Amino acid sequence: MRHLLSTADLDHTAAVQLLDTAEAMAATQRREIKKLPTLRGRTVVNLFYEDSTRTRISFEAAAKRLSADVINFSAKGSSVSKGESLKDTAETLQAMGADAVVIRHPASGAPHRLAAMGWTSGAVLNAGDGTHEHPTQALLDAFTLRRHLRDGEGDLAGVRVAVVGDVLHSRVARSNVHLLHTLGAAVTLVAPPTLLPRGVDSWPCATSFDLDVVLPEVDAVMMLRVQAERMNAAFFPSEREYSRRYGLDARRLRLMPDHAVVMHPGPMNRGLEISADAADSPRAVVLDQVSNGVSVRMAALYLLLAGEGSDT
Amino acid sequence: MTMPPNESPAADGDPVGAGEPMQGRTVVSADDIDRVVQRIAHELLERNRSAADLVLLGIPTRGVPLAERIAGALEAVDGLRPPTGSLDVTMYRDDLRHHPTRGLAVTDVPVDVTDRVVVLVDDVLFSGRTIRAALDAVADLGRPRAVRLVVLVDRGHRDLPIRADHVGRNLPTAADERVAVRLRETDGSDGVDILRPVPRTAEPA
Repeated sequence: MRHLLSTADLDHTAAVQLLDTAEAMAATQRREIKKLPTLRGRTVVNLFYEDSTRTRISFEAAAKRLSADVINFSAKGSSVSKGESLKDTAETLQAMGADAVVIRHPASGAPHRLAAMGWTSGAVLNAGDGTHEHPTQALLDAFTLRRHLRDGEGDLAGVRVAVVGDVLHSRVARSNVHLLHTLGAAVTLVAPPTLLPRGVDSWPCATSFDLDVVLPEVDAVMMLRVQAERMNAAFFPSEREYSRRYGLDARRLRLMPDHAVVMHPGPMNRGLEISADAADSPRAVVLDQVSNGVSVRMAALYLLLAGEGSDT
Repeated sequence: MTMPPNESPAADGDPVGAGEPMQGRTVVSADDIDRVVQRIAHELLERNRSAADLVLLGIPTRGVPLAERIAGALEAVDGLRPPTGSLDVTMYRDDLRHHPTRGLAVTDVPVDVTDRVVVLVDDVLFSGRTIRAALDAVADLGRPRAVRLVVLVDRGHRDLPIRADHVGRNLPTAADERVAVRLRETDGSDGVDILRPVPRTAEPA
C-alpha cells in the first residue's frame, strides 16, 4: 500500500494488520517516554483545506510521537486564499521534500487526484474528502469496537453496528460501511429517507428508517453529526422532529443491550443527534475514540513510511 | 500492504535472500539447548547473587520463549522466578528503510525496569544492530541499574561494538550462511541449524 485513500482499498488481512499495528502503537503510548525514533528525518505535511480540530491534532501528535517533522498547512492564511491551485500547492510541498501528505479537502476525490497525478512522490493519506471518505476515522472506530467487544484481537465477525443520522453527507459513514463489512460486521444504516444517499442499496449494508426497532439488536451505535454546514436544502422538517425520531436520548439508551457502546466521531451537536445523557453515559466511548485515533494514525504512518518502498 | 511478520529464523540481520535454496545441518541438539539454558541460569545467579531484582526481556520472536525457559531454570535453582516480558525493537531499528515494512511484535514489560537489572535475551547475535535498537528501547522504558545480554548463539560478524555477557554457543559462520534456531514453542522442535546456499555448480548439466 502506498497511499491510504479509501477503506475500500483495504482487504481483510491489511485491515486486521493495521489494527494490530495500532494496538502495538497504543502499548508504546503507556510508557514513560512516548516518543519513538521510527520516522526520524521524515517530513509529514498536514494539508488542511477544511476546518478540523481533532483530526489535524491527532495526525500531528501521531507524526510527532514517531519523531517525524510536521508542517501544518491550512488553506486560511495561505496562498490558497490568493487562488493557488491544488497542483501548485502540491508541487511546492514536493519541492520542500514532503514524505507524506495528510490531506483534508472539501472536494470529494481531491486526495485521489493528488495521489494519482504524480504531483508529489510522498504517500497521500486521506483525512476526509468532501462527502466521500474518512478512512482513519473508520479505522479508529473499528479499533475502538474491537477493543470493547473483541478484546483487541482478530476481526469484527458477527458484530452488529447501527450507523445513525446524516448518512448522505457523512464520509465517516461511507468509510465505516466498507471497513466494517471487510472485517465481518453487519452494518445497518438508520436515517430519514432524505438523508440516505442515492445508490445506498448497492452498499454492503442494511438500511432502516426506524431507530427504535434497530437499537435492541445492536452491539454498537454510531451517531453521525448532523452537518448543518452542508445542509443546503430542507432534509427534515425541524431539528426538534429530527431529534425526536433519530436522536439518541436516555430512553433509547435503555433499549440497547447492556454491553452495547455509543460512538460519535465528534464534534457532537448535543441535544440534536445525541442528548447529554447519552453523550456522558458510561457506555459512550467518544473519548476513547479520540485517544485511539492517535494510535491508529501512528500505525498508518508507520506502515506507509517506515519501509524501503517509501523512499523518495 | 501485506508484509511478512518479523519471524525469519536468523532474526538478527538476515544476509541471504529468502528465495535462495539452502541446505542445512544441525549443529546444536535439543539436549544441548537444555544444558545451555541451565548453565546461563547459573551464570546469571553467580553474577547477581539472587534473581530478586532481575527482569528478563526476550526479543521476539524466539527470545521470548528463551527468556521464559531461563526464568524457569532460575526458579528451579533459586526458588524465585524473575518477571519475564517481551521487547519488540522494530521501531528502534536503524535499517527500517532498507527492508520492506516490518510487522510489529508484542512489547509486554510487566514491571518498571528502573533500578532493576534488565537481562535481554535473543536467539542469535550477529551484526549487533538488534541489540543496539534494544538498548534504545530499554532506555525509553526507564533507567535500569544494569543491562545484560544473553544469546543462545553468537555467530560473529559484528558491525557494532557489542558483546554478549552470556553466550550459549559460539558458532563461527561464513557471511552467506544462515543460523536458524528452532524452539518447541515457536517451531515444534529444539535445535540450531546452519544453512548455506546450495552451490550452483552442483546442479547436473
